Amino acid sequence: MDFSIGEDRQMLVDSLSRYFADKADWKVREAAIASEAGFDRDVWNGMAELGVLGALFGEDAGGFGGSPFDIGVVFKEAGRALSTGPFLATLMAGKVLEAAGDADTLEGVISGEKILTFANDPAVSADGRPVDATTAAKSGDGWALTGQKGVVDYLGSADLIVVTAEMDGSTASFLVERGASGASTRDYPLIDGGSAGELTLSNTPAKLISDDAGAIDAAIAAGLVATSWEAVGVMEVLRDSTLDYLKTRKQFGIPIGKFQALQHRMATLALEIEQAWSAAINAAAYFDKDTATRDRYCSAAKFSIGQVGRLAAEEAIQMHGGIGMTWELPLSHYAKRMTMLGHVLGDDDLHLSRFIELSKAA
Amino acid sequence: MDLDFSPEDETFREEVRTFLNDKLPPRLANKVRTGQRLSKEDMEEWHAILHERGWLANHWPEEWGGTGWSVMQRFIFELETAIAHAPRVVPFGTSMLAPVLIKYGSEEQCRHYLPRILDGTDWWCQGYSEPGAGSDLASLKTQAVREGDHYIVNGQKTWTTLGQHADWIFCLVRTSNEGKRQEGISFLLIDMKTPGIEVRPIKLLDGDAEVNEVFFTDVKVPVENLVGEENKGWTYAKYLLTYERTNIAGVGASIAMFERLKEVANTTYRNGKPLSEDPLYAARLAKLEIDLENMKTTNLRVLDAAGAGHAPVAESSMLKIRGTEIRQEMNDLMRRAAGRYAQPFIDEALDEGYNGEPVGPEWAAPVAGQYFNNRKLSIFGGSNEVQREIITKAVLEL
Repeated sequence: MDFSIGEDRQMLVDSLSRYFADKADWKVREAAIASEAGFDRDVWNGMAELGVLGALFGEDAGGFGGSPFDIGVVFKEAGRALSTGPFLATLMAGKVLEAAGDADTLEGVISGEKILTFANDPAVSADGRPVDATTAAKSGDGWALTGQKGVVDYLGSADLIVVTAEMDGSTASFLVERGASGASTRDYPLIDGGSAGELTLSNTPAKLISDDAGAIDAAIAAGLVATSWEAVGVMEVLRDSTLDYLKTRKQFGIPIGKFQALQHRMATLALEIEQAWSAAINAAAYFDKDTATRDRYCSAAKFSIGQVGRLAAEEAIQMHGGIGMTWELPLSHYAKRMTMLGHVLGDDDLHLSRFIELSKAA
Repeated sequence: MDLDFSPEDETFREEVRTFLNDKLPPRLANKVRTGQRLSKEDMEEWHAILHERGWLANHWPEEWGGTGWSVMQRFIFELETAIAHAPRVVPFGTSMLAPVLIKYGSEEQCRHYLPRILDGTDWWCQGYSEPGAGSDLASLKTQAVREGDHYIVNGQKTWTTLGQHADWIFCLVRTSNEGKRQEGISFLLIDMKTPGIEVRPIKLLDGDAEVNEVFFTDVKVPVENLVGEENKGWTYAKYLLTYERTNIAGVGASIAMFERLKEVANTTYRNGKPLSEDPLYAARLAKLEIDLENMKTTNLRVLDAAGAGHAPVAESSMLKIRGTEIRQEMNDLMRRAAGRYAQPFIDEALDEGYNGEPVGPEWAAPVAGQYFNNRKLSIFGGSNEVQREIITKAVLEL
């Protein structure tokens, strides 16, 4: 048993944390989220140079890490810094490419030269129903995709898109290039910072990456580990900032942290965050077991961070009072991010149901 | 990071399992599993079996009969014994008095009392709480006045668990009214056979009487029964708060109980299908399981830090709060599963050798009583609100 993250990972965490402090302070973030791309390309490239993107992938794919704990520590730091950028899309789309042995495509992504995103979920139309699944059809020597994908992260900046589509009754993955014929996009900013877009494909030429649906599941599982660790990073900041505020903000002549009503809520929050951290550790620790075990712990983690994350965000705002409602205070952006992370890759209800189903099979 | 036990710890776990397989009487395990009452003899039987193996006081220093186990080994032992449905070791002598004696008592006291705890000669009970001193323990009033070679003790203790079986009681008593309240408290060992002591059972809401009131009227206690120094008892009492609380979450007991709960949910039918397939019940069960899995890892993290020399004060409080909440939630799910059969109250059905027909599901008889009885979990050992106070001071520094 060992709960240290290891020397190499600690070095990565330290350099990433220093990098964010030096190159991506709050002003940089404000400018980034106000920009059309929703992230700072120079900051992103600098991270690539540091090897942060390489840490997400194994050596065969041109990286130098790739384990769930390598992924976890990167995302936890990104969470702490509230960094915007296509971290999750790069991870999940990259994992699909890695599983198919496509190191060539990944090389440009890991170096920061190319932006990669992941188009998996179907778009939802105005009547509240998801559109039909994207389909792949034979077209000459290659494939052509038709369909609509919804809320594709950083679509407007993407040079390459990994798209999932139905092929011969199962789900396969394809690579679509920026500006491919029949592809159109509608981009928009996100409430928690960053950008995304709706992707429409009409007979769009695509390269088959793999017909292995399991590789897509594995990529999503890695995304769940990443999201859980990122959430813990965000929560830690919410907790620590709120604690600071309780010690400094005075009302009725004393710091509000002297009021027991707030003390006990803070103690409960601290306890819950420890539980969420354990859940995130579990998701990484059981990742390489059988897929049912992997998915069960991933869902347990996503459920836990969904529940605790909401508590952390709401309590942080409430204990800050009016100032917690303002755009000016970084904390409010952490609270937004925390809440919206609950929506990424399925919310706590969805993952509780999935956990129940997976437990039945176990 | 790595959540697996080391190969050495796995070997140790096998050793514990083999021991339990060979030595834990199935009769006792069955009583624990089904929630029957344990008699004094039952508890003494298990105490003796552990003592024979040398594992009873596993956390004591080796010179006094301990094992030299690591915190992880102690955790594994607790985990495996609970999963095997072994009775809990009565903690008052082994886990509460002994550590205080070893740390603060005299060599003579250790030599006299510790072997008697091990071999079961003395059954100890705890005299801390009073009618006016619960969470605010320092307000205790039971008085010990020095007269020559004796203290004369007058007052009343309460919530004395299993005091009806006890030969001895360790008490916090007031020896001074000067200065701060905490500085006038002493730690005294009192023979329960001394004239002037009266034990009266307190019947609890589940109908059982496991706790007592203990009255002291001019009870003569030899001064050599004082532990450590006069007026330093508060320090000794507080020492217990940081001692051996890494297993306070009761993970083993919760895992054992969860297994039973799952069995019940799979075999109890509501609206034509097992409860485990009822979406609302299944959701409660799944939330509980996730919380328990998370807590197990939280507990292992605390053990890991404790092994590296970090005294887990606030962490123990977190484990106490969440551990008791989880157990109470399990009791709640058990009583829900019984439906109306939680209500029939046949007292004898909880005793060994009851041969009557079960009323309703065979597991249902104790579940409501256990639910009510375990409301105590969030009250005793420092209520969960007191634990939040500790977290507030220790980690949050508010």
